Amino acid sequence: MPELLLELFSEEIPARMQRKAADDLLRLVTDALVAAGLHYEGAKAFSTPRRLALTVTGIPAHSAPTREERKGPKVGAPEQAVQGFLRSAGLASLDEAKIQSDPKKGDFYVAVIEKHGRHTTDILAEAIPAIIRSFPWPKSMHWGSGRLHWVRPLQSILCTFGPETEDPEIVRFEVDGIASSNETRGHRFLAPDVFTVRRFEDYAEKLEKAKVVLDPERRKDIILHDARDRALALGLELVEDEGLLDEVAGLVEWPVVLTGTFEENFLEIPPEVIRATIRANQKCFVLRKPGTTDLANRFVLVSNIEARDGGVAIAAGNGRVIRARLSDAKFFYDTDRKETLESRLPKFEQIVFHEKLGTQAERIERIASLAAAIAPLVGADVAEAQEAARLAKLDLVTEMVGEFPELQGLMGRYYAAAEGKAPAVAAAIEEHYKPQGPGDRVPTIPVSIAVALADKLDTLTGFWTIDEKPTGSKDPFALRRAALGVIRIVLENGPRLRLKALSSRHATMLGRNDSVSNAIADELIAFFHDRLKVQLRDSGARHDLVDAVLAAGSEGAAQDDLLDIVRRVEALGAFLATDDGKNLLAGTRRAANILKAEEKGGERFDGAVDSALLVEPEEQALAAAISDALPAAEAAVANENYAGAMAALAGLRAPVDAFFEKVLVNADDAAVRVNRLRLLAAIRSATRAVADFSKIGG
Amino acid sequence: MSHEPLTQELPPHMRPEKSFQGLILALQRFWADKGCVILQPYDMEVGAGTFHPATTLRALGPKPWRAAYVQPSRRPKDGRYGENPNRFQHYYQFQVILKPNPPNLQELYLESLAAIGIDTRLHDIRFVEDDWESPTLGASGLGWECWCDGMEVSQFTYFQYVAGIECFPVSGELTYGLERLAMYLQGVDNGYELNFNGREGAEKVTYGDVFKQAEEEYSRHNFEHADTVMLKRHFEDAERECRMLLEAGTPDPKSNDQRHKMVLPAYDQCIKASHRFNLLDARGVISVPERQSYILRVRELAKACGAAWLETEAGGKAA
Repeated sequence: MPELLLELFSEEIPARMQRKAADDLLRLVTDALVAAGLHYEGAKAFSTPRRLALTVTGIPAHSAPTREERKGPKVGAPEQAVQGFLRSAGLASLDEAKIQSDPKKGDFYVAVIEKHGRHTTDILAEAIPAIIRSFPWPKSMHWGSGRLHWVRPLQSILCTFGPETEDPEIVRFEVDGIASSNETRGHRFLAPDVFTVRRFEDYAEKLEKAKVVLDPERRKDIILHDARDRALALGLELVEDEGLLDEVAGLVEWPVVLTGTFEENFLEIPPEVIRATIRANQKCFVLRKPGTTDLANRFVLVSNIEARDGGVAIAAGNGRVIRARLSDAKFFYDTDRKETLESRLPKFEQIVFHEKLGTQAERIERIASLAAAIAPLVGADVAEAQEAARLAKLDLVTEMVGEFPELQGLMGRYYAAAEGKAPAVAAAIEEHYKPQGPGDRVPTIPVSIAVALADKLDTLTGFWTIDEKPTGSKDPFALRRAALGVIRIVLENGPRLRLKALSSRHATMLGRNDSVSNAIADELIAFFHDRLKVQLRDSGARHDLVDAVLAAGSEGAAQDDLLDIVRRVEALGAFLATDDGKNLLAGTRRAANILKAEEKGGERFDGAVDSALLVEPEEQALAAAISDALPAAEAAVANENYAGAMAALAGLRAPVDAFFEKVLVNADDAAVRVNRLRLLAAIRSATRAVADFSKIGG
Repeated sequence: MSHEPLTQELPPHMRPEKSFQGLILALQRFWADKGCVILQPYDMEVGAGTFHPATTLRALGPKPWRAAYVQPSRRPKDGRYGENPNRFQHYYQFQVILKPNPPNLQELYLESLAAIGIDTRLHDIRFVEDDWESPTLGASGLGWECWCDGMEVSQFTYFQYVAGIECFPVSGELTYGLERLAMYLQGVDNGYELNFNGREGAEKVTYGDVFKQAEEEYSRHNFEHADTVMLKRHFEDAERECRMLLEAGTPDPKSNDQRHKMVLPAYDQCIKASHRFNLLDARGVISVPERQSYILRVRELAKACGAAWLETEAGGKAA
């Protein structure tokens, strides 16, 4: 069956956009084929810095003819309806319509719309220009005097279609003056001449000869293996970097891996700084001594050409730039250490954090106060937590962080350590930003935990007090991430924190009165509950149990103690996975449904069960079981023995089942009936000591 | 394509890889040969070659335009008292603007590299994504940093907006960082050691001979002594003057000639305001929120000048 080859050749496409563009091209073209009734066997898209390419195989040469019957108005319907029908069916007059009879509805018009199959080349020639004109680049431009938008100027379009056995034909179309052809070019410098191609196999082969590796995965593979080999040859190890590898593979069509050198004395600079410098500015890899974290004074660069001199000039040139960059970095590192971190604090009085939340200096003081309040709760030394919080942001005004913002925290740690600060204080400066995202690690040292929590709670409470909450997809201050950070720190380290009291106190520090602070803290806790559900869902836990647990009426249950909530959720989840749990859930639901129906009139059945009115042995047994289980469950909850609480509830399962099996709630005697309804209400309230079963999904 | 260096017929002291001025002359010759008007630097203090009205204003409107020029550029904050060999508060840009951009602008750019002695079969030239934006000019474009063996030697931009106005046709702008390029070509790591005139021995003049004292003196001025009260006043004067001139140049609605009469002098005041702002910024007297408001004020002037430019003959307005 015939295959399609499409190449869109342009000036250099930003590396970060190439992969998605190839995926989009594949999706848009195959969707268009399917929409035209053309099915295909396979499709694959590729990208290089200068081209997007697509091959789709097994496409029929024609689309199948179609026949559609469209029902119209009744014979004799008003003129308006008839005209509307003719227009929508594309008929000139009613003579072109058939009349069909229906025994019930009478005669009506039917239009038979027959479409011939079309040549696939015609379908492609129509669909592809439209796809090119509305291609979803994240950022596009126009150029010259043209009107087409593309990521960078589009230079040529290659498009062929045909069976394997014959010479395919060119799918002819034109986009903004660019006519499709069967021609392309090779590597910009190594093989710039135009050549013609037939189909994909031929295309990929000729490109390879013209020094273009079409498949980005192969370019990555070549770079990675050559880089490892080069490292090995030097007795070193490549510091692998997937993000950099992706980017570099998007900057070259013909990867040539080279190595270069810089002076040994630069190795005095922290390795993270060397790596950040070489990575960000030069897009080169660094090497380390095998089995250590010590960097070597070598780097790996990926060139786009096979140079006449074997790459000597290129490696030397890159080495010079890297030396200049490292000189800058060393200068920053030395300059930064001439002053203490603390001496930089006054600068923060000039920097506005947010116009409604004051200066950075005020914020730092708030975080320090909060960190001191949290410290005893997480086993941290109060003075250390306070000191770390006061130092944590100060590296933001150092030269190094000004140059490499991604080194924030880390530089503070180096500088604090160099000043002889306590190791826990220095570590907390780096770790207080963590976790930055779902994949980032969570701090585990108590001082770090205190400052990390204080930093995030300050941000959350602060933006809540000025009503800047995340809405929909908008979360400019990354508040969801901050809340998730708090949740992960708490769950993974296990401190018992009453978040409400902490955030309410903090809102007071931000100048709100007690009742406002209290309300803000309540809203924030609700936000934490939402984020907790997301977190549990993402980790595969039963997020649907959170509401059931939160709605439980027991007095001791804290709504703002995340760890406690999660333990209750876990215990409930484990219980519901047992037979007792499942049956008790079913029984409780049944009780709740009956009560719901009976309570419609406004009558309530919360009154005490009258033991004198208990007739059947099963209802007597149930009443007895409830009066055993309820205090046992409550006592267990109060002791945070949630498994015990569940075990107490499990004792209800058999009596509840027996009750429903043997006892008729709707007794003839009105007093007995009311008493039985009260018994049902007692089941409901007994389970509520642990969770509101009516809020459990599924 | 392979570009063989075209510089061999020149005497050694004139070669772009041997002298700073040789580099400038080679670029001028190259772009003159491509039909550019070779202009001289604009006679005002600007932060970049883009500020020259030959770029900012000429990028607007339908008329074709090709120009190339050296522009001394002042960035007061980049002063380092002559102590940093790579950073100067005054440096040179070589600026090329082609409207509409020819379809082979990348090839022309690569040919220009060959013309200054960069062999693309020996050096690794790369176009790395870098979108350009000038908040003060209300201008932005898409393009690349051009790398030679890992060093950024030029900026290549297709203008999309200038003075807040969408560009049509689109201009291609090339900006060569001359000091960096020359350091690369001459193989020196210290900008002050660049050979300026290509001579050797007693006749040799270095970049440092020409500019080191200036860097020291201007750093003192920019960071310590520039009178901030006066600068603020000058900023406001320039702002007022710019608006006054635009107003005064607006045609009388009854006149037969509906073209604007005074855009260029008004735009000079916009340039002046921008540089006063840069000096105030270097003096560290502008707070973060104030900074934003200054930028916005300059941008408003640039936008007003751009809009008025379209009402002039060179901006494409018929009488």
